[in-house]
Amino acid sequence: MRAVHTLALAPVLMVLVGPFFLNGMPFLLSWLALSLVLTSIVMAIIYFSDQKAQSTQRDGHAK
Amino acid sequence: MNSALIFIALAVGVALFLGIRARRGKDMSLEQWTVGGRGFGAAIVFLLMAGEIYTTFVFLGGSGFAYGNGAGAYYLLGYGSLPFILSYFILPPVWRYAKERRLLSQPDFFASKYKSSALGVLVAIVGFIALIPYLVLQLKGLGIIVSISSYSAISSNQGVIIGAIVVAAYVALSGVHGSAWTSVIKDALVMFVAVFLGLYLPYHYYGGIENMFTAIEAAKPGFLALRDVGQSPTWMVSTVVLSTLGFYMWPHMFMAVYTAKGDGVLRKNAFILPIYQLMLLFILFVGFSAILQVPGLKGGDIDLALFKISLQTFDPWFVGVIGAAGILTALVPGSMILMTSATLIANNVYRPLRPGVEDAHIARVAKWLAPVIMAVAVWFTLGGGDTIVALLLMAYAFVTQLFPVFLASLFKSNPVSKPAAFAGIIVGVSTVAYVSLTKQTVAGMFPFLPTALKDLNVGMIALLFNLAVLTVVSIATRGLSAPGRLSTNAS
Repeated sequence: MRAVHTLALAPVLMVLVGPFFLNGMPFLLSWLALSLVLTSIVMAIIYFSDQKAQSTQRDGHAK
Repeated sequence: MNSALIFIALAVGVALFLGIRARRGKDMSLEQWTVGGRGFGAAIVFLLMAGEIYTTFVFLGGSGFAYGNGAGAYYLLGYGSLPFILSYFILPPVWRYAKERRLLSQPDFFASKYKSSALGVLVAIVGFIALIPYLVLQLKGLGIIVSISSYSAISSNQGVIIGAIVVAAYVALSGVHGSAWTSVIKDALVMFVAVFLGLYLPYHYYGGIENMFTAIEAAKPGFLALRDVGQSPTWMVSTVVLSTLGFYMWPHMFMAVYTAKGDGVLRKNAFILPIYQLMLLFILFVGFSAILQVPGLKGGDIDLALFKISLQTFDPWFVGVIGAAGILTALVPGSMILMTSATLIANNVYRPLRPGVEDAHIARVAKWLAPVIMAVAVWFTLGGGDTIVALLLMAYAFVTQLFPVFLASLFKSNPVSKPAAFAGIIVGVSTVAYVSLTKQTVAGMFPFLPTALKDLNVGMIALLFNLAVLTVVSIATRGLSAPGRLSTNAS
């Protein structure tokens, strides 16, 4: 686990906590739609960050 | 012949053609037939996984659930993202472990991790029992779609039988390759139909999306918010959690993981698939737009909302296009489910009974089992049953019972013993079967619980029982099962 992986908690909390407090689309429906967009963004950040870390590690081993 | 029939026949014909053509140039060994020779890139794995999401369950059930339950349908969006976050962390080690050991099915994974072919048989039986209602749902949906969109020129039963023959034929011939090829055309057509209907209907009938929700709120106050009792925030969140944990426990989803040519393919899909789930929003819009335009649908008829509003809005030829998309949402996932079911029985139930038998023989058995299993599913389909969402929610609770044992197996030192794995799964699925067959609710079973907890999805209770038994039996058998415990990392 790397620190960047904790970003994944943001959309998880949006989905699991939102319905209790946020109950032209209705607010909760909008919130859940936004959580899908945020998930894609967050997971893309994690994916490319991991890719970069892996290639840095490979370069280190090569040297 | 009405114009809708042309598009329906075209959809079935194209699915059959692509499904059979997919085998060209490939020797259909067991590994090719079940997991595509582990050679699929990100696009095909994406289509296989996305294709498994857009089934008749979503096409009919999603819009029907929005029509009949209002805010309760929001849970579909809630679990549109969480499984993919989970997938980023759990699927790559599964893929690597399966690749190293040339595993072919989900029960293979459990059997290998716990060094117990008997556990593999148990997991295969649990998976098979869950997959049959899932296949029946696809056929049931297929019958409804064919009958309505052909303006009853083809009866529901005839539609089921034609679809079953087409799927059984291309599954037996092409295996997972047939599903992959037909997924391409299916997702393109379903995306077009869902987005078009989801935007056109609210604007056509209400003048816009906001106007539609305003009109619904005026006619049915509170329908667009979660209830205080019943479909409450507690129900929604517990259903989302249950569905998330169960998502990759479906045997056909688990096997789709094996088809990837590298673990990077799976990680890449973790950020592409959530945005694709936005299509669910348009499916919900269709159901919402039908509330005031085709009022009065009750019980199982709520699943007809999408087609009822389409019939009164569009010309027959376009109803045929919608029907064609709907048919593909049944045929493509149905083919994956059928292929997986046949593999589970041939590879994980039949093979242990015939030790030493070769892969080629298992492949032949699996290919012959496909039409047999389809015939059983057709028999159940024509026998009637429950509404689409209700049935699938039960099957979901069933496969979710595999999750604790699966998760424990990914740890470097597996804390769960072999006897505990058996006990946890058996208690979990028995609880699900009991509460489903007796139609129990958490409130009925535990009247002393606070109101907020009474709306918990009953599948969560089964999962808690499962975890409790898993923990107690693991502690009790720690010494006994030491040889069976693993220290192998999943990666």
